[in-house]
Amino acid sequence: MLIGKQSWVFQNKPVILETGVTGGPFESNGALPEDFDLLYDDLWMAQDSYEKAHRLLMEKAVEIVLQKGNIQKEDIQFFLAGDLTNQITPTSFAARTNAIPYFGLYGACSTSMEGLALASFIVNYKGAHQVLTGASSHNAAAERQFRYPTEYGGQKPPTAQWTITGAGVALVARSEGLTGQFPYAVSATIGKVIDMGLKDPFNMGGAMAPAAVDTILAHFEDTGLTPDDYDLIVTGDLGEVGRETAYDLLQQQGCLMDKEKFQDCGLLIFKPDQPVLAGGSGAGCSAVVLYGHLLNEMKKGKYQKILVVATGALLSPLSVQQKDSIPCIAHAVAIEYGTVC
Amino acid sequence: MLAMFFWAFVVGGLICVIGQLLFDVAKLTPAHTLSLFVVIGAILDGVGLYEPFIDFAGAGATIPITSFGNSLVHGALQEAEQHGLIGVLTGMFEVTSSGISAAIVFGFIGALLFKPKG
Amino acid sequence: MSKDQTAKQETYQKLQSKHELKRPVFKNCVKAFLVGGTFCLIGQAITYFYIYYFDFTEQTAGNPTVATMVFLSLLLTGFGVYDHIGQFAGAGSAVPVTGFGNSVISAAIEHRTEGLVLGVGGNIFKLAGSVILFGVFSAFVVALIKTIYLNIVGG
Repeated sequence: MLIGKQSWVFQNKPVILETGVTGGPFESNGALPEDFDLLYDDLWMAQDSYEKAHRLLMEKAVEIVLQKGNIQKEDIQFFLAGDLTNQITPTSFAARTNAIPYFGLYGACSTSMEGLALASFIVNYKGAHQVLTGASSHNAAAERQFRYPTEYGGQKPPTAQWTITGAGVALVARSEGLTGQFPYAVSATIGKVIDMGLKDPFNMGGAMAPAAVDTILAHFEDTGLTPDDYDLIVTGDLGEVGRETAYDLLQQQGCLMDKEKFQDCGLLIFKPDQPVLAGGSGAGCSAVVLYGHLLNEMKKGKYQKILVVATGALLSPLSVQQKDSIPCIAHAVAIEYGTVC
Repeated sequence: MLAMFFWAFVVGGLICVIGQLLFDVAKLTPAHTLSLFVVIGAILDGVGLYEPFIDFAGAGATIPITSFGNSLVHGALQEAEQHGLIGVLTGMFEVTSSGISAAIVFGFIGALLFKPKG
Repeated sequence: MSKDQTAKQETYQKLQSKHELKRPVFKNCVKAFLVGGTFCLIGQAITYFYIYYFDFTEQTAGNPTVATMVFLSLLLTGFGVYDHIGQFAGAGSAVPVTGFGNSVISAAIEHRTEGLVLGVGGNIFKLAGSVILFGVFSAFVVALIKTIYLNIVGG
């Protein structure tokens, strides 16, 4: 159901029944390795190119979901996913492998929540019984497309971020007949494109912060809730710069909360001593952290209600060369853990 | 000889510092900065300043990318002296061939032998 | 873009720059100086090597020296070391001719996955193209001007 200007509330509690999370070498040395189902120790993953490895990450994540949930591909109605690579080819090739009717999505690093919001909507209104949704990214594939060849000796400034290598996929299903406790989607707020004129592709956090803030404020406006209604408000990949800026902006707009409550997946996924500059980023970042670590924490009882705000920078190498600024977007999904029937 | 090592180190280092300032303060990309340096090298040789610079700083002047501009102009001027204006086009790569050819040849060899490590 | 929107953007940009992690300019310059100087030091040693052992003169030793430095950058790039040097040294690794070598070689290595002709051939000058283009064109202009000038003054 539509509430307010740009949000949905899901009365039928679409459940996140199973998840599959894959990652690469940096992630296996990071802060959350136990929350991954499968970790690769090199970026090639025995494939012929980084893009093919990227495809494998997504295919494996889907496989893991099906295995864990003991489900067949034929029982899934739709696959909604995307990545950062041109024309989202890794995801499309993975969709070819799993042969599930496919919605290819591009929201840069906000793709995960774009997918979860749509998947929850479809399941909530019985447009499907079971839907797979996810997002992925691959560090080297992103570097060679957006920035420089990986062996190039370019110097990145401290505001730059490190694209994570990983895929996070979730199975969203109808809650009818389910006993026990599950994480389920409560509501979602769809973001608008926000552009504050920032042009530096090595400072995406600074560019994305206003989009995160706009969506968060819209969420509270539409739902009538406040930060106190959530145990955690976590952004996708604002990184150090974006998180500080967004927190400052939220305070200014009267949206007050403890800094501890306002976290960022890009900062959670890596250890402070890893050379990741301002933090992790990538379409896979929010997906792997949410579908792995955060849901595990919810199952352990640490959080009962969280708001996940995935943020995306909608630039391309060409738009930067043409001196355009960086338009950004953020999508939010509220997830609660409890009984669904 | 020792003095040459000293000046090579210092002058080369200082040219790199100018480059670093262009990166960090002027926020230029490496491509912009290096293109600028090559052009400056070309102009300096045009006004006859780069050769004395090499005599003074040795590798401190021949190793930075500015020396490309210098050797391109040098080659062009040498040919032009002998063959007139057309020498400007025909002579350019005579002196500079080593840097660019080496990069191309070794680039290809690199592509055959190595895989990127990410 | 309305005036209101531009004003909002300016306000935001001011706020953002408060939180923007600043580049450590002085530290970067020191690192650039040390690494760049070292590359030149190595170049000087190689130059003397060619003069004393291979009969090159001070003028002609430049060529094999540059080629040797580019070979050095092949090894550093191929073994995955140059990108780390680059992150550390910034202009100290980009400005010496080894940086030029690295830009060509890293592009060639990277695009092997698209084949030798279209991948390597089509992308090898992705980063170095600007240097070659502007180097050649500015040399052309400078040499042209100088030659015409000398003809006028001399003839």
